[in-house]
Amino acid sequence: MTAPTTSVPTPADEADPPRPEDTGDPFDRDALPAPPGATAALLRSLLAPMKARVAGTTLLLLLQQAAVQAGPLLVAYAIDTAVPAFRDHDHGPLVAVAVGYLLCAVASGGLQWAFIAAAARVNQDVLLDLRGRIFRHAQALSVDFHERYTSGRLISRSTTDVESLRELLNEGLQELITVVLSFVYISAMLLWLDLSMGAVAVASFGPLYLLVRLYQRRAGRVFRERSTAIAAVIVKFVETMNGIRPVRAFRREAVNDADFRVLNRRHERTNGDALLEMARYVVGSRLVANTAVAFIVLWGAYRVADGALELGVLAAAVLYLRRLYDPIDRLGMFLNSYQSAAASLEKIAGLLAQTPSVPEPSAPEQLPALESDLPGREVVFDGVRFGYRTGGEVLPRFDLTIPAGQTVAVVGSTGAGKSTLAKLLARFYDPSDGRVLLDGVDLRELAVPELRRGVVMVTQEAFLFSGTVAENIAVGRPDATREEIERAAKAIGAHDFISALPDGYDTDVRKRGGRISAGQRQLVSFARALLADPSVLILDEATSSLDIPGEQAVQRAMTTVLRGRTAVVIAHRLSTVEIADRVLVMEHGRIVEDGPPADLVAGTGRFANLHRAWRDSLA
Amino acid sequence: MPETPAFAEDPADRTGPTGRSAVRTLLRLWPYVRPVRVRLSTAAFVAIVASCVGLVIPLVLKWMVDGPVADRDPRGVWLGALYLLLLGVAEALLFGLRRWLVARPLSHVEAEMRAGLYGHLQRLPVAFHDRWASGQLLSRGTTDLMLLRQFLAFPLTFLLVNGVTIVVGVVIMLLQDWTLGLVMLGPAVPLIALSAVFEKRYAHVARLAQDQVGDLTTVVEESVLGIRIIKGFGRHRSQTRAFRELSRTLRGTELRKARLLATIWAVIMTLPEVAIGAALVVGAVQVADGSLSAGTLVAFLSTALALRWPVESIGFLLAMSQEAATATERYFEVLDAKPESAEPSASGEREPVPGGGVRSPSARLPAACDGLRFHGVRFRYPDAPPDSPPLLDHIDLHIRPGESMALVGATGSGKTTLTALVPRLHEVTEGRITLDGQDITEVSREELRSMVAVAFEEPTLFSTSVGDNVLMGAGATAGAAELRRALSIAQADFAHTLPRGTDTQVGEQGLSLSGGQRQRLALARAVVGRPRFLVLDDPLSALDVHTEAAVEAALRQVLSDTTALIVAHRPSTVLLADRVALLSDGRIAAVGTHHELLRTNAEYAHLMSGGHSPEEEDEER
Repeated sequence: MTAPTTSVPTPADEADPPRPEDTGDPFDRDALPAPPGATAALLRSLLAPMKARVAGTTLLLLLQQAAVQAGPLLVAYAIDTAVPAFRDHDHGPLVAVAVGYLLCAVASGGLQWAFIAAAARVNQDVLLDLRGRIFRHAQALSVDFHERYTSGRLISRSTTDVESLRELLNEGLQELITVVLSFVYISAMLLWLDLSMGAVAVASFGPLYLLVRLYQRRAGRVFRERSTAIAAVIVKFVETMNGIRPVRAFRREAVNDADFRVLNRRHERTNGDALLEMARYVVGSRLVANTAVAFIVLWGAYRVADGALELGVLAAAVLYLRRLYDPIDRLGMFLNSYQSAAASLEKIAGLLAQTPSVPEPSAPEQLPALESDLPGREVVFDGVRFGYRTGGEVLPRFDLTIPAGQTVAVVGSTGAGKSTLAKLLARFYDPSDGRVLLDGVDLRELAVPELRRGVVMVTQEAFLFSGTVAENIAVGRPDATREEIERAAKAIGAHDFISALPDGYDTDVRKRGGRISAGQRQLVSFARALLADPSVLILDEATSSLDIPGEQAVQRAMTTVLRGRTAVVIAHRLSTVEIADRVLVMEHGRIVEDGPPADLVAGTGRFANLHRAWRDSLA
Repeated sequence: MPETPAFAEDPADRTGPTGRSAVRTLLRLWPYVRPVRVRLSTAAFVAIVASCVGLVIPLVLKWMVDGPVADRDPRGVWLGALYLLLLGVAEALLFGLRRWLVARPLSHVEAEMRAGLYGHLQRLPVAFHDRWASGQLLSRGTTDLMLLRQFLAFPLTFLLVNGVTIVVGVVIMLLQDWTLGLVMLGPAVPLIALSAVFEKRYAHVARLAQDQVGDLTTVVEESVLGIRIIKGFGRHRSQTRAFRELSRTLRGTELRKARLLATIWAVIMTLPEVAIGAALVVGAVQVADGSLSAGTLVAFLSTALALRWPVESIGFLLAMSQEAATATERYFEVLDAKPESAEPSASGEREPVPGGGVRSPSARLPAACDGLRFHGVRFRYPDAPPDSPPLLDHIDLHIRPGESMALVGATGSGKTTLTALVPRLHEVTEGRITLDGQDITEVSREELRSMVAVAFEEPTLFSTSVGDNVLMGAGATAGAAELRRALSIAQADFAHTLPRGTDTQVGEQGLSLSGGQRQRLALARAVVGRPRFLVLDDPLSALDVHTEAAVEAALRQVLSDTTALIVAHRPSTVLLADRVALLSDGRIAAVGTHHELLRTNAEYAHLMSGGHSPEEEDEER
C-alpha cells in the first residue's frame, strides 16, 4: 500500500495544495493501488458467509439440470424400448415415459423457481454487504481523502461498479453453474452412450479453453478502461449539476457539452471495444462447436452404418450434442460479466484498501468524568507539528493550553494556520508530531462517539442533507426530541424562519418552498451544534453569511450556550471577540499575541491594528 | 439525517407505469435509434437467418438418419456431414456478424442519449435543479441508460428473433406432423395470458427499484458533500444507518422482482416441457403404429428442443423490456421538462426593438444608457402554490448607469432571489427588468448572461485550472493580462504562487482551496470580463478584514464604470456602493445613501449596526 500518497492530508485550507498533475498519481488516474489478490480476496470474503446457501443454491440447480437433461434420455428410451414394447402391446414403458416426462417438466419448473428465488437472496445479500462496506469505509476515510477522490468517483464505485457485480451474480453465476453442469453432465452422458463420440466431444474443450483464456486477457484490459471512463463521466456530471448556477451564469453549457462529449466518447469507445471482444469470442467458440458437431455426427453415422451403434443412441447423442454447445454463448455472457465485475471489484478493492489516515483506536479510552456540572474540558496542544503532503509545515511545533470553560478567539490572516488548528482539534487530521489532549486524553485514543461528545466543529459551509429541517438539526443528536430541536433553534434565532416555512420543521429542504438561504443554513448548522451539546465547541467562520442582527442574536445565544463550555472561535469579523475570554493572534503557524481582548486592544500589537480596521469597517 | 427516501419530485409526478403500455414508452426511443436503424435491422435480420440456420441443422440430421445412415450410403453420410459443417460455419459467422453490426452503434446510441440528457439538464431552469436530487438525475444518466443499451442489444432483437424462430419452428413441426405440432401449440394461450399479467406487475416493481437506486445514489453523494458535517458531529454511524435502510429497502424490492421473475420462468419452462412430453408419447404411439417414421419423430423432437431456449428466454426478455420501458420513462421524465428557451421570449414582441427588431449587440443603441431597472417585479417560485404570497412584490428599483447599488435585507428576505432574476436564472412572475432600457426577455439568455457577470455567495470552482476558472467570466479573447488584472482586483494574487501558478488544477468544486480563496477567485471571475452589469451576492463574506479592505479599494475602481447590484450584510461592503436599497417583506422599503438610511430608517440602522430592534426590546420587557 502506498500510504504516503494517501495518508498525508491535502491542505483544505491555507497553503494551497499542489495537485500532482503527473499522471503517475493514482488519484488522477482513478486507479488506487490494491494489494495483489485483493480483488479475489474481496470476492471470497463476500461469498464466504454465504457458503452454505451457495451450496444449497447450487444443489437446487444441480437437481434442476438433472431434471432438464433427463429429457433426451427419455426420448432415447421411448424410441428404442417403449416403441417396440408398444408394438408388442406392452403399454407400461410408454406410460413410464409419459409419467417420467411430466415429472421432469414439473420438477424442472419448480426447481427453477426455487433456484431463482434462493439465488436472488444470496445475490442481494452479497450486494447489501458490498454496498455497506463501500459506504462505511468511505465514511471512515478522512476528509482529505474525499477531497482528492471526489464524490463522483465514490458514486461510481457504489453504483455502476456494484451494478457490474450485480450482473455477475444475477446472471453470471447462474450461467457459470449451468454451463459447467451441462458440460459435465452432457459429456458424461455422451461418454456413457458411446465412448468414442464422447471422447471427441471432450477433446473439443481444449480449443474452447484456449479461446476463453484469450478472451479473458483481452477483455480484462478493456473493462478496466471502461470502468475508469464511466467514473470520469460521472464526476463531470455531478460537478455540473452541483454547480448549475455558475454554469448558467457563465454560459458554460457549450464548453461543458464539449468536455462531456470527450469523456462520453471515451466511454463509448471502450464500451464498443468490450462488445467487439465478445463478438470475436462468439464467432470462435461457435466455429469450434459446430465443427465438432459435424465430426461427431459423421463418426456416429459411420458407426450406425457399420451396425456398431444403434440408431436411437445416435439420435440421443445428436440431441445431447446440440445441447452440449448451447451454453457456449452463455459461457461468453458469464465471462463478459465476470470481466466487467472483476474490473469493478478491482476499483472497489483499491478503495477499500485505503487506510483511514485518522483511524479509530483499537482500544479506546474514556474521557474522565467531569469534575463539576459544567460541560467544559481542558484542551492541550502538546508539541504539535503539522505539515501537508506537499511539505512546508503549517504548524511548526505548537504548544497551547486552553483551560476548561474558556472561550478563545483565534484571529490572523488567511494561511496563518487557524483552520488547521481547528481541524486538528476536531481530529479531521492527526498531527504529524506531538499530541492533542482533551482533559489529558489523546484525541487518537477516543472512539468516535466519545470524541464527538467531547468536540464538535461548525464550519462555514452549511450543507443541508435531503430531508426535513428538523432532521437536519437532529444531525447534532439523532435521538433528540422535537422539543429539544425547537429549543436549539429558538436559542439561536432560527425558530422564526423555520416556523414560516410551508411545513415548519417538517419542511423538506428540497420540496416546495424549501429554499433556504445561506444565512439560514448557517443558523441550522448552529442549531445542530447546540443540540450536540459538546464539551468543546469549535466555530470556524460559522457566521460569515449572517447579517449583523443575526450574528448578534447568535452571539447573545452563545454567551449562554458557551457558559462553562470550552470554545474555539475563528472569525474574520472581530465582533466575535467580544464574547471571548482570550484572543490568540496567529501568523505563519505561530501564536504571536495571546491575552484577554481588552488588554490586546489597548496595546499596540497586530490585534490592536486589526481591531481598529474592523471598527472602521463598521463605520 | 434523512430517514426518508429523498424523492425529488412531487409524489404526484410519480404516476406508476400501470396503464401505460411498455411498447408505447419504448417507441419514444425511436429518434435515438433512427440513425442506427439500418445496422440494427440488418443485425436482427442476420440473427433471424442465423437462428433459421440453427433450425435447419436438425433437418439435415433427420435426412442423414433416414437416408444415408439407414441406407448405409457412405457418400451420403459424408455429404451430410459437409452440409452440417457448412451450416455450422455459417451460423457462427452470422452470430458474430450480428454482434459486430451492433457493437459500435449501440454504444453510440447510449452515449448520444447521455450527452442529450446532460445537455438538456444544463439548460433546465435552476428551479428544476432545486427540486431534483442530483443522484436521481445521475442514476438516469448511468444505470438507466445502460439498461436501455442492453435492451437494444438483446431483448429487442431477440424478442423478434425468438418470435420468428418460434413461428418457423412451429411451422416446421406442423409440416412434419400436424397432430404433434398442435400438441406443441397447446400451451401458447395460457403462456401469453400469464406473461401479460406478469408484465404489468413487473413493470411496477422495476420502476420502484430504479427509483430506489436513485435515492441511494443521492445518499452516497450527500455523504461525501456533507462529509465535514458528518465527521464534525461523528454522525457516520447514523448516516450509515440511513444508507443501510435504503439499501435494505432496495434489496426487498429486488427480491420481489426476483420472485416474479422466478414464477414466470417456472411457468414458461414447465408448460412447453409438458407439451414436448405429450408429443413424445403421441409420437411414440404413432411410430409404433407405423404412421410416423422414427426419423421424423427424432427430427420433430429435435426441433421442439431447439425451440426450448427461445421460448424459455421470453420470460427474461420480457422482464428486461419492462425494465427498459421504466428506464425510458425515467429518462423522458427529465427530458420532457421544458428547458429555458435559447431565444428571446415572445413577450419581447410587445415592445418592438428599434431598428426593425435586430438584436445583435452592435445594434443595441448606446444612447439607451439607462442602467438596470426593475419595473413592478413580482416573483414567486414556479413550484410554489399560485395563491401563496409572492416572495418579491412590487419591486421598483432603478440603478443608474455606472452606479452601484447595495441590496440590504434581513436573512431570508429574498436578496439572493432578486439577484438571480437579473441573469434570468429565475423568471419574473410579473413585471419587467430592463438593462439600458431593453427588456431582459428580449435578448437571448446567452447574450444577457454575457452582459451580466455574477459572483454567487457559494463560490463554486470547476475542475479545471485556476486560470480557466477565472477566464470563463470573459470572452474567448481574454488572455493573461486580463487574468492578472482580475486576480489583482480580487486580491487573489495567491494564485500566482500556487505550485503551477494559474495553471494549477482545482478539484471538484475547488474543495482544496479555503473558502476565502474560492470567494476571491469567484470575484475575479465576475470582474474579468469588464462586464457592463455586475451582480455580486455577498462577495466578501469569507474574507478577513485586511483582505476585505484591499478588495474593496480595488473594486471601487471597477465599479466606477459598471452598473452593479451588490448584496451586502455589512457596512464595509455597503460602502462600496453609491446608494443602498433596503429589501423588506418582499418590497423595496427604502432607497438612499448609507448615511441617509442610517438616520432615517430604523430597520436599516438595526441591520447595519445591530443592537436591539424595537420589537425585540418589547419582547424582553
